[in-house]
Amino acid sequence: MGPVVTAPIVKARGLNCPNCGNAVELKGFAHTLRVTCPSCGTMLDTSEPNVKILHDFQQQLTRTPLIPLGSRGRLKGIDWDCIGFQTRAVEVDGTWYEWSEYVLFNPYKGFRYLVEYNGHWNFVTAIDSIPEPVAGSRPKVKYQGKSYQHFSHATANTGFVLGEFPWQVKLGDPVGADDYVSPPYMLSAETTTDEVNWSLGEYTPGTEIWQGFRLPGAPPPVQGTYANQPSPYEGKVGGLWGLMFLLMVLLVVAAIVMSAVAKHEVVFHQSYSFAPLAPEPSFVTPVFELKGTKNVELAIKTSLSNNWAAFNFALINDDTGTAYNFGKEVSYYFGSDSDESWNEGDPNATMLVPGIPPGHYYLRVEPEMDKGLPAPRTSGYVSPLSPRAAAAAAATAEKPPVAMSYELTLTHDLPTFSLFWIVILLLPIPPIWRSIQAASFNSRRWAESDYATGSSSSSSSSSDD
Amino acid sequence: MSQPNANCPNCGAPVQFRWSSAVQTTCEFCKSILVRSDVDIKRVGVVADLPPDASPIQILTEGSWNGRSFQIIGRIIYEYDLGVWNEWHAVFSDGTSGWISDAQANYAISFIQPPQGLPSPNEAFRGAHFTFNNVDFEVTSRTVAMYRGVQGELPFQFWDKSQVSFIDLRSRGREFATLDYSENPPLLFLGQSVDYEELNLKNVREFEGWTLTGQAAPGANY
Repeated sequence: MGPVVTAPIVKARGLNCPNCGNAVELKGFAHTLRVTCPSCGTMLDTSEPNVKILHDFQQQLTRTPLIPLGSRGRLKGIDWDCIGFQTRAVEVDGTWYEWSEYVLFNPYKGFRYLVEYNGHWNFVTAIDSIPEPVAGSRPKVKYQGKSYQHFSHATANTGFVLGEFPWQVKLGDPVGADDYVSPPYMLSAETTTDEVNWSLGEYTPGTEIWQGFRLPGAPPPVQGTYANQPSPYEGKVGGLWGLMFLLMVLLVVAAIVMSAVAKHEVVFHQSYSFAPLAPEPSFVTPVFELKGTKNVELAIKTSLSNNWAAFNFALINDDTGTAYNFGKEVSYYFGSDSDESWNEGDPNATMLVPGIPPGHYYLRVEPEMDKGLPAPRTSGYVSPLSPRAAAAAAATAEKPPVAMSYELTLTHDLPTFSLFWIVILLLPIPPIWRSIQAASFNSRRWAESDYATGSSSSSSSSSDD
Repeated sequence: MSQPNANCPNCGAPVQFRWSSAVQTTCEFCKSILVRSDVDIKRVGVVADLPPDASPIQILTEGSWNGRSFQIIGRIIYEYDLGVWNEWHAVFSDGTSGWISDAQANYAISFIQPPQGLPSPNEAFRGAHFTFNNVDFEVTSRTVAMYRGVQGELPFQFWDKSQVSFIDLRSRGREFATLDYSENPPLLFLGQSVDYEELNLKNVREFEGWTLTGQAAPGANY
């Protein structure tokens, strides 16, 4: 008899299936208490040196693990052997939902689990502490400073097993499972009468597992939204709103600066009067100077009263002869009906002419008014009049023509805000759109939980008996 | 710290006590369980074949935890419903002893506490809360275990116990507590869960296909 001190290298245990004779190698060393024969599916008790067939365990080999058992791979910086596979399922409202669990083993780091459902993967580690329940309307727990919201309660049943297990796996084996989520993490508590086991799952893209285990092809595509799947919009919506507010502040600052920098220079101001029957209505103003390519605003202030006037203008460069033609029609009617007084139009108007090059300019002005002879115009370049304004206009037209006095003010370099307002209105669109997308992602996540809006509250408890 | 050698009363092989407070050891040759009294060493039984185990820890594994170095000098193997686990008896350089449990490569280190009023097994139902050393603990598992074997030096006689009730408790942090009902009054062990790396183990067992640092051995057949 030699010393009891163990042999220097622990050998993987090999055995032959007592049922079919197939060779079975135990990569979980003495941790493996149960193994299914990969060839005939027989469950073997390996907890004793004499391997025993567990006759009360019958199953068909109906499932194929996506990660072949015996694969070695690297995940989260650690090497693992994938040694076991089982499916578990919960029944909700008569429908069975099945997921897969893979047992990963490293003789020094112990066991980890990969859980897969509809292409969504979680890397699961047992945790050492008990998360702290948080009081509130919905169950919540706190773990390592993070708050996890209760997602669902279900009773899980083992349906199919393959490979090695460090526990005495049984088919059926109902376990109460509560999931709490804080994407990309999920805390799960599996509870029996005498034991509670907490574990932490980390949502892991299938591609990471395929790379880690050098699996051929691509992982199965994900379907639906998983409980702890990180939202692609997480942390981006707030940033987008922040960016929007920043841009708005910048715009306001820019508008303030523009308005402070704009010179608001009145380059021409003059009062005139106009008689409708004047023989030569058009005239030109004295020459004034415009410095720098800026806009100009021409303001007209008239004495119109239940009357209209039309103006044709030409801003003419005295040096080059280039003319900028524009026009405006002004009308103002008012009166009172039996029950209210009314007015229509405006005796004053402004026109903005953008981007006038520097130079010496004069303005050619051609006013026009009703000469009292034809009927008042209700179309053409005069705005259509409402019936009562048309009546007022007709009344005016029947009277002798009235002279109009008016003022022209030409201002150079004004701040303009129309673009500013357009941008202000467009800016919120991206964050609003993102917020809608984010809310819709989260509602798809919670649609599968015990807290889905409109779901019957019995859906979880019915599977619990 | 080594004590003068004695000889196994059964086979005559030299028996070395590495720790002065050891009450019991096993003969490495004939697997006799030997109990030390003031006057002599008595053979009280024989260890059945130890079940195969896959713990990286073995007798004479050294390590350090929180800056205190220790050596593994003994162990108790328990079997329960769901498998086996090891309680490794560690002796620290200052002469104190503690336990490193290895249950499926989940490690915890704990130390026996002075006698105090402890809950009965019925009071310590799953989910019950108790305060030890000002730490709030929750009962997380209740286990009835069978004693499967002993090896090396232990601080007490442990060879004729068949079934033992254990109640494990955990905290909001990493503190760990075990109520051990193998004796009356029961024993309380307090400590914490540890990762393998935190034990800084040397002289660990090597596993086929793996390096001693837990990496895939180069050329392993995969």
